[in-house]
Amino acid sequence: MRGTTTESLKNKVAIVGAADTEVGVVPHLSATQLYVKAAKLALEDAGITKNDVDGLITCISFVEPFMYHAEMIAEYMQIFPRYCMTAPSGGGTTLAIMHHAASAIVTGMCDTVLITMADSQLSGLSRDKAIEAMSGAGHPQFERPYGPPIPAFYALLARAHEHAYGTTAAQRAAVAVACRKHASMNPAAQMRKPITVDDVLNSRMISDPLHLLDCSLVSDGGAAIIMTSAERARDFKQKPIYLLGTGEGHSHEHISQAISLTTSAAKEAGERAYAMAGIGPHDIDVAELYDCFTPVVIIELEDLGFCPKGEGGRFVEGGRIELGGELPINTHGGLLSHCHPGHPGSLFSVTEAVRQLRGECGPRQVKDAKVALVHGQGGIMSTHCTAILGREQL
Amino acid sequence: MAANTIKPVPVPTLETRPYWEGCQRHELRIQRCAACGQHQFFPRIYCSKCFNDRVEWVTASGRAKVLSFTIVRRPVSAAFAGEIPYVVALVTLDEGPTMMTNIVGSAPDQVEIGMPVEVTFEDWTEEISIPKFRPAQARSEPL
Repeated sequence: MRGTTTESLKNKVAIVGAADTEVGVVPHLSATQLYVKAAKLALEDAGITKNDVDGLITCISFVEPFMYHAEMIAEYMQIFPRYCMTAPSGGGTTLAIMHHAASAIVTGMCDTVLITMADSQLSGLSRDKAIEAMSGAGHPQFERPYGPPIPAFYALLARAHEHAYGTTAAQRAAVAVACRKHASMNPAAQMRKPITVDDVLNSRMISDPLHLLDCSLVSDGGAAIIMTSAERARDFKQKPIYLLGTGEGHSHEHISQAISLTTSAAKEAGERAYAMAGIGPHDIDVAELYDCFTPVVIIELEDLGFCPKGEGGRFVEGGRIELGGELPINTHGGLLSHCHPGHPGSLFSVTEAVRQLRGECGPRQVKDAKVALVHGQGGIMSTHCTAILGREQL
Repeated sequence: MAANTIKPVPVPTLETRPYWEGCQRHELRIQRCAACGQHQFFPRIYCSKCFNDRVEWVTASGRAKVLSFTIVRRPVSAAFAGEIPYVVALVTLDEGPTMMTNIVGSAPDQVEIGMPVEVTFEDWTEEISIPKFRPAQARSEPL
């Protein structure tokens, strides 16, 4: 396939540290403090000190923005990296920086990268500020005058998928139910009380056809990982988790310019990641998918090849995506039930995938998980990145 | 007044001014490539298909079909609170390009994908009129 960097990064880079801060309602830590706490926990997990880090990547903070965010975090931590980058925004970009970090390691730009991401969207913003922030989405001249809140953008996708393939509200609800079930088994998750399909369907309509429980959370929290070369990884405290494949796809910025409402660039991202890893959807033991809204998961399952186009609604029924099912997804609870502090969202999927592959997940452990797929998307299904992680090199 | 009680009035740019000048006259203007014939929206310096610079402003028919829509129950900001519930839609113009819009002049639950609609303008300021779409009137010309 055009543009596949076949095997250029496969097996060459590993995650050797991964950690989350407390998430959900965390009023006692500022956004910046959450970044640094996540970093400290990941360094401890890896068994190294901050002085061992020579690459730093952060995402921007909505609540405490800085023009040079990564530089600000480096200054705050008093570390002096030789590779320093701020990822601009969004779930896709956030995951794509693992792609950048891996490339930086393989090309020798740095040896050990700290990726830390956090925000305090729940406690750091007033309710009005948060709503105002939401109104910032969309093209200022050609979309915002029509008053679309963020759920409306995704409701347009849900409705189109319904119309094209007969996807139902109950099928979308099954995604929320699965995520909540997994969150109920994760003491760290923000929302842990199990829900039913009826609970989702009876929750308040936000933007037809999406109900409140089809929408992800607003949270505080931070996550961080440490990446280094596979060779160096052997010297770390933790068992390394290897990057087997990664790929990106970018189709538009504004939803009104999207080529398709029902097929996304997750297709290209996934194909590139599978091609690099040399494996396919059937080899995936656990998938951590971007779930800002339930219809996104259904489209991703199709575009990432877990089922044919149009079958995503039927695929999520009957517990197939729950623990014990054919393809457990979002085992920490996802953005729908674990936490969603904004830009960092995807990184919690990465830290969860690492924990699953290390076998640290207790009651929510996917039995004998060897290969995990993580997918992030940002914008409105605009920018996609898939990463495939493994317990062993392939 | 809090910022979120004011609707986001578009500010025309060098590139979009012909569009907004058209809207002011209640004409929906999009671009057409003189080289390959493609119509495009948003406005661009070159044709997004053949990358030729011969893009010209033309007046669109104003006819479109609903590609997808949602009924917003919780407003994006206080400025839109009085309009709840309102329909945010994507419509495909007969010329090809897709636009975001509101469907007006119809009960929200009467809107359907594929429904024929036509442009109508809502005057916000002396300079800015916003193109919206309403159900197409009884057809006076063959489809």
